[in-house]
Formats: sequence, structure tokens, C-alpha cells
Amino acid sequence: MSSNNNLIQLQNLKKVYTVGETQVNALRGLSYNVQEGDLVAIMGPSGSGKSTLMNIIGCLDRPTEGKYILEGQEVSTLDKNMLARIRNKKIGFVFQTFNLLSRTTALENTELPLLYSSTSSKKAKEMAYQALAEVGLKGRELHLTNQLSGGEQQRVAIARSLINNPHLVLADEPTGNLDTKTGNEIMDIFRKLNAEKKITIILVTHDPEVAAVARRRIYLRDGQIVKEENE
Amino acid sequence: MNIMRTIRVALRALGRNKMRSFLTALGIIIGVGAVIATVSIGEGAKREVEKRFEEMGTNLLYVRPGSQSFRGRHYGGGSVQTLTEDDAQAILEKCDAVQYVSPSVTTRAQVVYGNKNWNTSIYGVGDKYPEIRNWEIEEGVFFDENQVRSGQKICVLGSEVNQNLFEGADPIGQIIRIKKIPFRVIGTLESVGESGGFWNRDDMILMPYTTAMRRLLGQTHISSIDVSAVSGSRTAEAMRQIEDLLRIRHKIAPGAEDDFNVRNMSDIAESAAESRDALKVLLGGIASVSLLVGGIGIMNIMLVSVTERIREIGIRMSVGAREKDILFQFLAEAIVLSILGGALGIGAGVVGSTLISKFADWETLVSTWSIILAFCFSGLVGIFFGFYPARKASKLDPIEALRYE
Repeated sequence: MSSNNNLIQLQNLKKVYTVGETQVNALRGLSYNVQEGDLVAIMGPSGSGKSTLMNIIGCLDRPTEGKYILEGQEVSTLDKNMLARIRNKKIGFVFQTFNLLSRTTALENTELPLLYSSTSSKKAKEMAYQALAEVGLKGRELHLTNQLSGGEQQRVAIARSLINNPHLVLADEPTGNLDTKTGNEIMDIFRKLNAEKKITIILVTHDPEVAAVARRRIYLRDGQIVKEENE
Repeated sequence: MNIMRTIRVALRALGRNKMRSFLTALGIIIGVGAVIATVSIGEGAKREVEKRFEEMGTNLLYVRPGSQSFRGRHYGGGSVQTLTEDDAQAILEKCDAVQYVSPSVTTRAQVVYGNKNWNTSIYGVGDKYPEIRNWEIEEGVFFDENQVRSGQKICVLGSEVNQNLFEGADPIGQIIRIKKIPFRVIGTLESVGESGGFWNRDDMILMPYTTAMRRLLGQTHISSIDVSAVSGSRTAEAMRQIEDLLRIRHKIAPGAEDDFNVRNMSDIAESAAESRDALKVLLGGIASVSLLVGGIGIMNIMLVSVTERIREIGIRMSVGAREKDILFQFLAEAIVLSILGGALGIGAGVVGSTLISKFADWETLVSTWSIILAFCFSGLVGIFFGFYPARKASKLDPIEALRYE
């Protein structure tokens, strides 16, 4: 495994939360590398540190200790604004609860990240139409999010995560609020994105069926990796 | 995120809660409306004063008998009969800053011509009266010094009197009767239309003050003296000279109160505008209180809005909104809200001041600068009261915001 292929390098990550007077060790020295084009599933019971890890990888949070190198750039020491830039340019998020703006059209939701990059509104609209077409929502662009089914909403969220052509998409329980059939459709989209567009995808899930889509799986417990599986 | 887009996003957010947005802006609407109305009344009054001042001449002075205390009784202005023709003559001769002088008496009477009659003001004045007042003669002539001295029964008609008695026929040389005494019409005054305020200068008859005193009033004192200074810049000097002279002539001991008073036309015009000041203060109070309350209303609603939209803020942050993007977004909403309120308020103020000028018959003037001022002020209210909620929104932690239910 040559290091210049590494999209993500996590070195001895630690995260300590202070809740009142007690300290919670969410991550206890975690190291892991993700290569470009990987499809990784992070599994583990609740409280195992999955979410904390996702937040750090997603640049929403910083580790208390250790290094996080994304595309060769150390991001663990960047300030909030720089992290926002990286989220905007390099990372796409897909959440369990979709996290779309309510009473807003699919199109507007999709182009939301472009609002915070220097993209003209005309170009943004074009890109959003294209991204929605890619997830199979052609013709639904001007529907309000609350008029869409759960599966459609998650497709909008995926289109939004793809709009800036990120190298990394993070999906936190993406099928958790969907029925099995719709969930499978969503997983098909992820698989296709990974296979055809070589987008690196990291999934957080506790559903073994969902995790089965991934080529690599890591199991977390008490803030440490307890098991790794590679296919 | 550029400004136009920020504004568009703000407008869309406000549009989702139209009624709430309108009610929030109402305080600003009322506040700005009151500011506009206040300033328009003030400006209107100021312009009216200036207009009258110009109309009457900046060099015009007016001497009236003053109040007098006699054995502890205090009489009102004009209650004493201390001014004489000789006073007027002395002012003309001794005060070098004075150009013209006209003694005046006044009364009201029924005027008859043929089968028509009309009730109007009769002014007995000197021959220089048109020069002092800056009035033009429309037809015929004004009476001269000799005609005044000899007290001839002649008169000059204001245009309204002319119209009512002669109905377009030529009045010059005709005889009209005032208190059964025949007067020959020798001229008419140029019509000026309603001059508002104290008197209607079209509805009057002018005649030599000597004639009026002897024939109509039977009095030997005069009611007032109209004076013009040689120039507008020497008006104050003329005023002082007249005061000094009359104190000597009336033998007023140093420290004692004058038995006359000399007033500048601008004093008179300004005192007419004084009644408006009370309303100005009232409206000014309403304006500042409602702008304050309006601002607090905006802050309150923006705080509610931030709380309601914590999740939205989290979503925006997760896709790359920086602190300042969120700050500007919410600040823009507050500013757009208060500026829209301001714009509606300006409309309300314009309508309000039009209504005031219509029903109270006061001149109002909505000036450009008052609109700009009100606009900027409402913007400032938005910035000031929108900043705290916007800052609060921008300081949210994206992880917690995303998790917020």
C-alpha cells in the first residue's frame, strides 16, 4: 500500500469530550488509512465512536490529539473557516435523516453547496440539474422536499453531496430511515458512484447487509478499531 | 456568497413567513412613517416662513403699541393708544437705517357699490405702503403724499373686493360708499391669491390713514407703523434705532418696560409656525419609540427564527457555509426586513403628510434628504438589532446543530 495513494491517513486519533466534570474518551488512538476509490464501512455499536470518527473525517470536528491527513494536507490543525472550505470543496455528506431544507425545491437543495463557493447562479443551476439527473430524479427538480418520498429525498441528498465533485462522500446510516427495497436502491447508487466515478465512499452503518456492499469493513468498540475485514 | 444572492436567500426566507415578516416590520413602518411626517411638517413650516418672509420683504418692521401696566393692572398688547403720527414722522426723519414709514389704522366695514355690498377690512395707510410691502398696483394709481396730507376720500381695492363689487367692470373713477361716505376708487391691487395665515391681502381696501382716522374711526392715535429698513441687512439696526427713539419720545425711564414693540416679520411668521412644534415633538417621540420597539421586535423574531432554523444552519454549515456566511445571511434578513419596513414607512409617511396638509391645512414638504435619512436609519436599525441573533446563529456548532430536533 503506497502512501501516495492514500486519500485519508488517520494517525493515532484521540478525542476527549468533557461533559460536566467527567471526561469521555470517544476515540482512543485510532489509526487507519483509506485509499482513493475505496468503499469502506464503519461498523460498531452505539457509543463506539463511529459518529465522532465520521465528524472528524468530515471536517466537522477536530481531534484532540493525533493527525488527520486528507489528500496530503494535514487538516487536524485547521481553523473553522478552513474546515468549512474543505467540507465545501472535497467532502459530500449523506445523512440518515436526509437533512434537506424544508419547503425548498430539490433543485435549490442540490445547489446549496455552490452557494458557498464562487459559482455563478446560472452555472449552479445547470450543475444541479445534472446531478439530479444522475440520481434518477429528472423531472422532479422543482418539487418541494416535503412532496418527495423518503427514497427521493435521500437521492436529493446524494445529488447535493456530489455537486462539487468531491473525492470523498460520507454516508451516515444512509438507509436507516428507508424500507429495504428503497435502501437497496440507494446502496446501488453508492456502488455505482464508487465503481464508475471512483468516488471514495465511507459508510457508517450497523446493518450488515449495507456493510456487505463495502469492500473493506472496520469494527469499532470503545473508540478503537477491533476488527478489520478486506475483500 | 455575493450580496445579491445573500439578499435573494434572505427574501426567500422572509417570504416563507409573510405574515410574521409583515408584523415584525410594522414597528419600523410606523417609526419611519412618523419620521417622514415629522420632518415634512417641519420643512413645510420652515418653507412657509421663508416664503412669507420673502413675500413681505426681509427689511420689513412692524411697530405696535405694547402692553402697559397701570396701577398694577396689566393690559394686553395693543391695548394702549401711544403711537402717533408724529412718532411715525420722527422714525422716518431720525432713524437713518429706515427707508419708508407708513402709519396704519384698521377697521372692518360694509362697502356698498350700486346694489352690491361686501364686508371687508379697511386699511388706512401711508403713501409708501406699496413700497414697504413690495406690492404692485394692477390698475390706476396709488395715492400720493399730498392726497394723504389732505385726507382725500379715495381708495385702492384689493382684487377680491374689486371682483365682488364690480364683477369685471372698470372700477377706476367709480364711487363706492363706506359707512355712507363716498370714496372714489383710484386703483386696484395685483391679485396674489390666498396668502394664508394672518390676512387675505386680496380682500381689503386701502385708503389714506388720515382719511380713515378722521372719517371712519374718529381717532387721533394710530394703530401701528409699518417700516422698511434701507436693506435687509440693516433691519436689526433699524429695529434698535426705532426702539431707542421711541423710548425717548415716550419718556420711558431706563429699566421700565416699553409701551410699544417692534417686530420683525420673521418673528411674526415664526410664531405662526410655533404651534407646529408641539406636534413635531410628539411625532418625533412616536418615531423614536416605535423605531426602538420595532428594532427590538426584529431582534426578537430573528432570535426565534434562529432557534427554529438551527437544523438549517447545521445543514448549511455541513455543506461549507462559513461563520461569516451564516452571519451575513441572518443579518441580511434583518436588514431586508427593516429596509422593506422603512420603504413602506416612507410611503405611509408621504401619505400621512399629504393627509395632514389636506385636513390641517398646513404646508408639508417631503424632502429627499428625509427619505434618505429614514432609509439609512431603518437600515441601521436592522444592522444593530439583527447583529446579535445573526452572530448567535453563526457561532453554532455544526455537529450539534445537525443533531438538533
